[in-house]
Amino acid sequence: MSALADSKNVLRQGVVRTIERRAFLKQGLSLGALTLLTGCDVTDQDSVQTALNAISRWNDRVQAALFSNRLMPTYPESAAVKDFRFNAYYGEDAVPKIEGATFKLGLSGLIDNRKPWTLAELYALPQTSQVTRHVCVEGWSMIGKWSGVPFRTFLERIGADLTAKYVGFECADGYYSSIDMASALHPQTLLTFKISDEILAPKYGYPLKLRIPTKLGFKNPKWITAMYVTNRFPGGFWEDRGYNWFAGI
Amino acid sequence: MSADERRYVKVHPAAVRVTHWINVVAMAIMIGSGWRIWNSSPIFDFSFPVAITIGGDPAASQDVHNELGLAGALQWHFAGMWLLAINGLIYFVYGIWSGHFRRALFPLSPAAFIRDVLAALTFRLPHRLGVYNAVQKTLYLGVLLAGVVMVLTGLAIWKPGQFQELAFLFGGFDTARLIHFLGMAAIVLFLFVHVTLVIIVPKTLPTMITGHAPAHRDETLQENAA
Repeated sequence: MSALADSKNVLRQGVVRTIERRAFLKQGLSLGALTLLTGCDVTDQDSVQTALNAISRWNDRVQAALFSNRLMPTYPESAAVKDFRFNAYYGEDAVPKIEGATFKLGLSGLIDNRKPWTLAELYALPQTSQVTRHVCVEGWSMIGKWSGVPFRTFLERIGADLTAKYVGFECADGYYSSIDMASALHPQTLLTFKISDEILAPKYGYPLKLRIPTKLGFKNPKWITAMYVTNRFPGGFWEDRGYNWFAGI
Repeated sequence: MSADERRYVKVHPAAVRVTHWINVVAMAIMIGSGWRIWNSSPIFDFSFPVAITIGGDPAASQDVHNELGLAGALQWHFAGMWLLAINGLIYFVYGIWSGHFRRALFPLSPAAFIRDVLAALTFRLPHRLGVYNAVQKTLYLGVLLAGVVMVLTGLAIWKPGQFQELAFLFGGFDTARLIHFLGMAAIVLFLFVHVTLVIIVPKTLPTMITGHAPAHRDETLQENAA
């Protein structure tokens, strides 16, 4: 019943919108109509959305050109926030609980040695720490301390094709994302095991998180279960929903 | 000079008019989408009404994306930035190159500013098309400065890593973001005054479209003398 009412309502709104749009076109792009731009549903029109997507892809290329291996600013340890903000597309009570003892990181794609990695094997890799700023696409930022193996070291260890275009990630919560190879090889990109000197709590992505300070927060996948190297554009959870893919900072 | 030609004076060059109206579109996009981006993580405890923001239908976005239209707002903002930057660059290059800034906005002195503010407060400040008084000059220079600050702080918070010196210059990422917001507030305040004055003196509007204004007697005399 309510579904029917809803669909009728949507239909009615659609008709009203069509009429409004016609009137809008008749009036031409007067100053008054221009201010309407703010209120009307311009993005519903496919051509506008296509243009915006094209510009977003252009912005990917511009950002790739702006990217350099320069280090992102680092901060004293005292600046690192201990109680780091939880962030996911769902509530904190729904985070994946992963069993460390049986966990294995799956590898696929353009990688020589695709043998899955246990946590013990990963922890045995050379590790480093960083205190960097996490910048969220929403606008907030937070400084934290993360520790793990430089991602470049890991890619070299597994024999990844470093000339390939992309590295993709799959996560235990259904999240997925991907980064360009240049950013993957940046010296501050870490396959992270710890935050604030402690093994990642479940809400921070136990057991594996990618820390990539050259990109926005949503390009730092948590609860990583598998990764792959590819030349085919992999997209991502938020990226497929309109966020810019390169998302460099 | 014929009688017809004498009746009108050219007050706004074509380059100024074209960039002005393109800028209206760019401003609407940047402010409207910026407001929605603000809403996703406000610095101060208030939000802009979604109906006056840009970035697609929030309800549809909630259904499809599980987010309230931030993705759309960001797409508009980072598309609009090109329109704003390219149009602004053309305007600044023209303004400096042609001498338009020098002629229209200078000379400007604190004494002249105080004199014209007092005249405005006693309703004795004349509004002559194409000739700016010291209050107007100050406001126009101020909004141009705000525009430059907006582009620079925008770059600083878009790329606080690659442009880290710029972010540092504005006090770091969070402070640069705050300045980016305050710059918007300054521009919106200017727009409020600007549009209010156009409503009070409506003859300024067609002039910004055609570039011509009916000549005052003294201006006609000046034209003849020149």
